[in-house]
Amino acid sequence: MEIQQLQAIASQVRRDIVRMVSGANSGHPGGSLGCADFLTVLYFEMMKHNPDHFSMDGKEEDLFFLSNGHISPVWYSVLARAGYFPIDELATFRKLNARLQGHPSTDKKIPGVRMASGSLGQGLSNAIGAALTKKLNNDNRTVYTLHGDGELQEGQIWEAAMYAAANKVDNLIATIDYNGRQIDGDVEDVLSLGDLSGKWQAFGWEVLEMDGHSYPDLIETLNKAKSMTGNGKPIVIIMKTEMGQGVDYMVGSHKWHGVAPNVEQLQEALIQLEETLGDY
Amino acid sequence: MKQFEILGKKDTRSGFGEGLLEIGRQNPDVVALCADLTGSLKMDAFLKEFPDRFFQAGIAEANMIGMAAGMTIGGKIPYTGTFANFSTGRVYDQIRQSVAYSQKNVKICASHAGLTLGEDGATHQILEDIGMMRMLPHMTVIVPCDFNQTKQATMAIADHKGPVYLRFGRPVVPIFIQPDAKFTIGKADILIEGTDVTIIACGHLVWKSIEAAQQLAEQGISAEVINMHTIKPLDEKAILDSVGKTKCVVTAEEHMLNGGLGDAVAQVLSRHMPLPQEYVGVNDTFGESGTPDELMVKYGLDTPNIVEAVKKVLKRK
Repeated sequence: MEIQQLQAIASQVRRDIVRMVSGANSGHPGGSLGCADFLTVLYFEMMKHNPDHFSMDGKEEDLFFLSNGHISPVWYSVLARAGYFPIDELATFRKLNARLQGHPSTDKKIPGVRMASGSLGQGLSNAIGAALTKKLNNDNRTVYTLHGDGELQEGQIWEAAMYAAANKVDNLIATIDYNGRQIDGDVEDVLSLGDLSGKWQAFGWEVLEMDGHSYPDLIETLNKAKSMTGNGKPIVIIMKTEMGQGVDYMVGSHKWHGVAPNVEQLQEALIQLEETLGDY
Repeated sequence: MKQFEILGKKDTRSGFGEGLLEIGRQNPDVVALCADLTGSLKMDAFLKEFPDRFFQAGIAEANMIGMAAGMTIGGKIPYTGTFANFSTGRVYDQIRQSVAYSQKNVKICASHAGLTLGEDGATHQILEDIGMMRMLPHMTVIVPCDFNQTKQATMAIADHKGPVYLRFGRPVVPIFIQPDAKFTIGKADILIEGTDVTIIACGHLVWKSIEAAQQLAEQGISAEVINMHTIKPLDEKAILDSVGKTKCVVTAEEHMLNGGLGDAVAQVLSRHMPLPQEYVGVNDTFGESGTPDELMVKYGLDTPNIVEAVKKVLKRK
C-alpha cells in the first residue's frame, strides 16, 4: 500500500479515536493517538490476517496482542477499518452491553481480539505462548505485541523477556511505545527505565529502534524485524512516539493519558484531522 | 454399611503425574508447563516421553500462566504445574485476566495444597486457594480424594473445554477409589449411604470421613458420605437429595472455613433447605511447620473432629 493511503487511514483512525473517547466521555486518547501510525502500518501493510473470517486460533495468520490494553480506541478503530466488524459499532465504545469494552476482552466475542488486556504486563507472556504453539504447529507466521513504556515497570515483562531469549522464541516481534509518559508524569520521574535498549540486549533480544510517526521508518524497520525472525532471538523495537500525536493541544503531555475531550475540544481536534474514509 | 478396601497407599500428586503421561499419550494437543518443580509435581515421566511438549518456565509463575493462556491460541491444552500457593495466590491476577476472563482452555494443576505440605510451614501451606478459584467466573474447581481419582480427573479435564483448577497434595494416603471408576466433572460420589447425617468432604478429608462413618456406625449412627470432588460446578442435587433425607450436614475440607467447600454447601442449603450444618476446616488461621499428621490433629482436621462435628450437628436437628 502507498504511504499516502496508509496516512489517510491513520488520519481517519485518529478521528475515530477522539470521537470514540469523547462519545464515551472516558477512555485513553493520548497513547491511542501516538500508536495510530504503527497499528495502521501493522494491519494494512505488514500482517497476514483474515478480517473476514476471524478465528480464535489464527492458524497460518500473523497474530497481534495489545498488552497495554488501555489504548483500546486505536486498536478498535484499526480493527473496524480493516473489516473485522462494522465501523458503526465504534459508537458503542464503553457503553453498556457493547462488545467494545473499555479494555479489550474476549468475553463478548469481538472479532480480532484473542486475549483480554488491561491489567498490565501480561501480553508478552501471552504472545510467547502463542508463538510456542505456532512452532509446535509448524506454523511459520509471526506474533506481534505492543507494550507501553510505563508497562515495562511490571516484573512479569522481564520474566517473559528472560524466557523468550533463553528458549529462542524467534517468531516474536515486540514493540515498545516509547512516549516517555505515564499517568503520574514522565516515566523518567515516576520510575526511570534506565538504559532501555541495553536492558533488552542484556536479556538476549535483538533490539531495533524506530520513529513511530515516520512511515518510511515504520515500514523499513518492521520489514527488517520480520527478516530477523527465525534466527534464534526474539526481537524488540523501541518505537519513539509522541503521546497525543495529531492533536496539537494533546501532543507530548501525560495530561491526556486518560482524559476525554469535551465538545469544544473535540471540534478543535477534528479540525486538525482530515476525514478521509468517512466517519462512523 | 459399605466397607472400603484400601487398595494401596500413594500420594495424589503421583496420580496427577500418571494421568498427565497417559493423557499426553492419548491427546497430542496436551502440553505441560512447570515452574522449577518437575520432580515435586511428578511431571518427569511426561518430560521424558514428550520433551518437545514440556516447557520449563523457571521460577516465574506469572509468565508461566500467561504463556499457558497464549498457548491455547492454536489449539493446545496446557497443564501448568507448581505448588498450590504459587498456582493461585501468587498469580491470581494472571489467572483472572488471561485465563478466566479470557476463557482459555488452561488446566492449573496444583500440588502440595493445604496443611499436609507439612514441614515447610505456612508460607507454602495455602488454605485459601479453593475460595479464590471458585470465585472466578468460568473456572471449574476439582479436588480429587486419592491417587486413582486424581489420575482419572487429570485425564478427564482434557475433554472439558475451559479453565480448570485441579488441587491435590503431597502426603501418602489410602487409595480406595477403583482404578477403572468413571470420573464425571460436577457429579458427586455417594460413597456410603446413610440416614442420620450427611458428611460432605473433598480431598484428603474424604478418607477421614469414611473412617468417621465407620466409627459412628459402631455407635449406631448412620452417616451418608459424599465425596464432593468438584467444588464448582457444585452438584446441588446430590446435596439436596441427601440432606433432605438426613436433615443435617457436616462438611470437611483441608481449607479455610471462609470460601471453601463448606461455604459452597451452605449457600445451597440456605437458599433451598436451611438445616443445621457443622464445619470441619481451618478457622481463620495460618498453619505452621510439623508433620502432616501432627498438623491435621492440631488444626482439627482429623477423623475424631469429624465424629465430634457429627454429634454436635445431630443435637441441633
